[in-house]
Amino acid sequence: MGISTLDRSKEKLVVVGGGMAGGRVVEEIVARENSRFDVTIIGAEPYTVYNRILLSDVLAGSKSPEGVFLYSTEWFQSRAVRLITGVKVESIHRDRKVVRLAGGEERPYDKLIIATGSLPLVPEIENVNTPGVFVFRTIEDCQLISSYARRCKRAAVIGGGLLGLEAARGLVNHGLEVTVVEVMPYPMAQQLDAESGAMLARKMEALGLRFQFEKASQRVLGTSAVRGLAFKDGTELDTDMVVISCGIRPNVRLAVDAGLRVERGIVCDDRMVTSDPDIFAVGECVEHRGRIYGLVAPLYEQARVLAEHITGVQSPAFYQGSKISTRLKVMGVDLVSIGDGRALDPAKASITKYVEPSRGVYKKLVVREGKLEGAILLGEIDSATLLIAAYEAGTPMPERHADLLFGRAAGDPRVMLEAMPGESRICACHQVSKESLVELLSKGCSLDDLAAKTKAGTGCGGCRPQLEMLSAIYGDADRNPATTRYAKSIPLSKPELMAEIRRLGLKSVSAVMRTLGGGDDPGVKPALASLLRMVWREEYDDERDARFINDRVHANIQNDGTFSVVPRIFGGVTSPAELRRIADVAEKYQARMVKLTGGQRIDLLGIKKRDLPAAWHDLGMPSGHAYTKAFRTCKTCVGTDFCRYGVGDSTALGIAIEKRFQGIEAPHKLKLAASGCSRNCAEATVKDIGAVAVDGGWQVYVGGAAGSRVRAGDLLATVATNEEVLRIIGRFIQYYRMNARYMERSPAFVERIGIERLRSILVDDSEGQAESLDRQIEDEIASYRDPWLEGKSPIEPSQFADELAIATERS
Amino acid sequence: MPNSCASSTVETKAAAVGRSRVALCSLDSLPKGQGRCFAVGRLKVAVFRERDGSVAALDGLCPHLGGPLADGLIGAGVVVCPLHAYRFRLSDGTGVDNGFRAGRYPVVIEDGRVFVQLPPTE
Ligand code: SRM
Ligand SMILES: Cc1cc2nc3c(=O)[nH]c(=O)nc-3n(C[C@H](O)[C@H](O)[C@H](O)COP(=O)(O)OP(=O)(O)OC[C@H]3O[C@@H](n4cnc5c(N)ncnc54)[C@H](O)[C@@H]3O)c2cc1C
Ligand code: SF4
Ligand code: FES
Repeated sequence: MGISTLDRSKEKLVVVGGGMAGGRVVEEIVARENSRFDVTIIGAEPYTVYNRILLSDVLAGSKSPEGVFLYSTEWFQSRAVRLITGVKVESIHRDRKVVRLAGGEERPYDKLIIATGSLPLVPEIENVNTPGVFVFRTIEDCQLISSYARRCKRAAVIGGGLLGLEAARGLVNHGLEVTVVEVMPYPMAQQLDAESGAMLARKMEALGLRFQFEKASQRVLGTSAVRGLAFKDGTELDTDMVVISCGIRPNVRLAVDAGLRVERGIVCDDRMVTSDPDIFAVGECVEHRGRIYGLVAPLYEQARVLAEHITGVQSPAFYQGSKISTRLKVMGVDLVSIGDGRALDPAKASITKYVEPSRGVYKKLVVREGKLEGAILLGEIDSATLLIAAYEAGTPMPERHADLLFGRAAGDPRVMLEAMPGESRICACHQVSKESLVELLSKGCSLDDLAAKTKAGTGCGGCRPQLEMLSAIYGDADRNPATTRYAKSIPLSKPELMAEIRRLGLKSVSAVMRTLGGGDDPGVKPALASLLRMVWREEYDDERDARFINDRVHANIQNDGTFSVVPRIFGGVTSPAELRRIADVAEKYQARMVKLTGGQRIDLLGIKKRDLPAAWHDLGMPSGHAYTKAFRTCKTCVGTDFCRYGVGDSTALGIAIEKRFQGIEAPHKLKLAASGCSRNCAEATVKDIGAVAVDGGWQVYVGGAAGSRVRAGDLLATVATNEEVLRIIGRFIQYYRMNARYMERSPAFVERIGIERLRSILVDDSEGQAESLDRQIEDEIASYRDPWLEGKSPIEPSQFADELAIATERS
Repeated sequence: MPNSCASSTVETKAAAVGRSRVALCSLDSLPKGQGRCFAVGRLKVAVFRERDGSVAALDGLCPHLGGPLADGLIGAGVVVCPLHAYRFRLSDGTGVDNGFRAGRYPVVIEDGRVFVQLPPTE
């Protein structure tokens, strides 16, 4: 906590509640005014402020609890904010202007902000306190649920709303059979109509969930532990645990006891002031104009308004209430609900609907008096951004409502994004407008910079595709020297840095840092190592301390500190003898798992560092480079030798590609494929580089991806022979090595340079570079050396030691 | 972390008990700019030799999820855990913007040998 003395010259501002609203209001205040207030934030939970939205991911196991913290304790410290965690405020004494903490300590305030959020709503169910019944609101809840789930086979979630579905999906990940129990006849009845609700239920069932609709829970069965649920209609459900997700109720006890005006929530005016002029409130505990909110976007708006009033720094805005949209955060189910798309009063509304049951697509617009009242988008949500913008701005709807339903069909989503008015919100969670993003992008900010400056994309993450698209349209990285830098701490672009390195003859990372700066930053060492390796080839002084552990020991580190070993299997074609050796090695060195990878080869996982050299030796196969930024694999299909459709020998081509380019280091990994016909069984069009056989030759695609992002590659060239394929691939690889930023994968690179320009440089040789690119990649191939040879002659004596024995004792 | 620093030096445990100062190795055996893991009894100690010559010792296991800190990249006074890239200051083990803290052990270099000062209970 650091700071403990009170500065008497400052006004004392106390925030009760360390949740998302409390954290945000502190952030908004200190961003405006850092000297007037002495700020203390007191939260009952034992950690710093975290992103509650992402708890669904924590429950599902895809995020660690630490991964959701929003502000570190250092963040508060460096802003001179006192953060008190794990302590509850017991009461507010307005007469003396103090709050009393659990334990009896009192803290005076001049201004008080209540941000106590809400509590889970637990319906009247008998025996609801039976062990095995949980609510889902906090990190602690996630931990309790996860650890209890380990002994269970079945779980029931009471409540089929947004959170209930997310919780249920998370529990499926724990290997449970999960049933969602809902009183309404379909899920998410707050947002959906019966038809879309039924479609959503089918989609969730496909993910392994079950539903019981129109069931009101009456009693928890079981005494020492949950064993089932009894419903009011007399039926029962067997289950080993129950998670209640029936909504929230504002946490208003402190305010009630202090005599503030409270209805359903703490009543606030448009400045977020309660019935006491020195006490403000913000977040889910607030009632404003008769409404309470259960989403973050409104509370961020409230926090901004509150900060403007309390600091008086900006001419203050007034809170007008929020227009809300929600997105279901379940992988594989796209659902956005905007405003109210149920059309509860269909009489005066104009409703446009598009339903395609076979693909699970449902889209509906409700327009009233020319304006969007609500929309439901299920299965295809590419028009969501535009519709949300129109809904929030209240812009008049065009005549043909159908156009608005089809992002893609009505045109490129890019074009629509370009057409959007500047004030439209892109990031709904953090209320970031298009114009503010465009301004930053045009100054050369990267997506990371945007996140740091505006928080766009850091809430539910739903707007990330739009952010990427905006950055592709408006980004001007080349204008800002800081973002064209190759290494963050060295003020040179990649070509400039390469020129300096050559001119000064700098052959090691430490030499570059000594001479050109860089402050010994461990974050940029691997990037410099990669660059030097390319510039100097064999002459590069490969100081291993500049390399990530994977590149020090030529294997991929695992979550338990052991390593994985992936030998090269050219084109995915192996032999009985090889398989036998692999099996022997797996047994001898006790691989924890032997797995066929997605890259058509075999991974031995869980090998100890000290066993790596011997394992490689026994395998007698070269490194597959599965651990590094380099050429990885060339996936193939069986091609003409076996397949009745094959028009090109993709297996032979794939092996030739892999033999030629194996292990060549690059700014990021390169995964290739060769398919024998347009059926494309090797998935060549979603690889960094792919070759597809066509009558009379090969098509070569670049910039494909099917990882975190899916992108079809662009056709670079169509050529006749295998030699030409190898040449064009080599040229592309070398051009990519010379011009890509470190960690820039091929899709981003191809988009940045543009396929036309690439074609003109690499195929038509418009800039006269082709010959030199060909020569450089040839030299690179000639200088290639299998890194696993280091197993026989380690470059440092302890290179492969798990740990060192300690020398003779002395005390 | 069952495997990463599998203990091959169990016999030193008895010797280490009750000792507070333990000789680890010669300075020369630590490669410049890298860390190495030592087992002192049940304790894992990560010792780092920075390029500027300073030597520091932290817990061998990352306080986040037990990653092998000795395998991390170092520089500018921090080590970056190889598993999830959390950073820890070599000077005192405090996390950089992560709220965790790795234990730190004082180091003495004498006659080209590296000693760590361990808590007497270990
Ligand atoms: C072993 C394998 C999974 C499997 O069991 O099949 C695998 C395992 C890992 N992948 Fe992968 N990827 C594997 C195929 C893929 C594929 C499919 C493919 O190659 O055909 C993809 C999608 C295509 C692509 O590359 O984009 C894939 C996309 C990723 C990504 C996301 C890249 C992106 O931004 O889209 C990462 C993360 C990264 O590179 O930063 C990653 C990273 C990783 C790492 C190295 C994570 C890490 O840093 O430790 C995993 C290592 C696990 C381990 O402990 O050894 N892996 N990974 C596959 C190895 C293929 C091989 O033989 O070399
Ligand atoms: C699993 C889950 C998923 C969600 N998904 C989304 C989503 O996708 N999109 C979206 O917009 N919203 C989502 N939400 C809702 C969103 O998290 C909330 O709107 C938001 O967290 C409310 O913030 P708050 O600060 O008002 O309340 P909280 O975050 O609940 O914070 C209140 C804090 O005050 C503390 N406190 C209470 N009383 C006291 C006291 N007397 N003394 C000290 N401390 C006290 C509490 O311990 C708590 O930490 C989700 C919520 C959950 C649980
Ligand atoms: S192997 Fe790939 S997809 Fe699987 S967990 Fe690791 S990085 Fe993720
Ligand atoms: S284990 Fe070290 S950062 Fe996660």
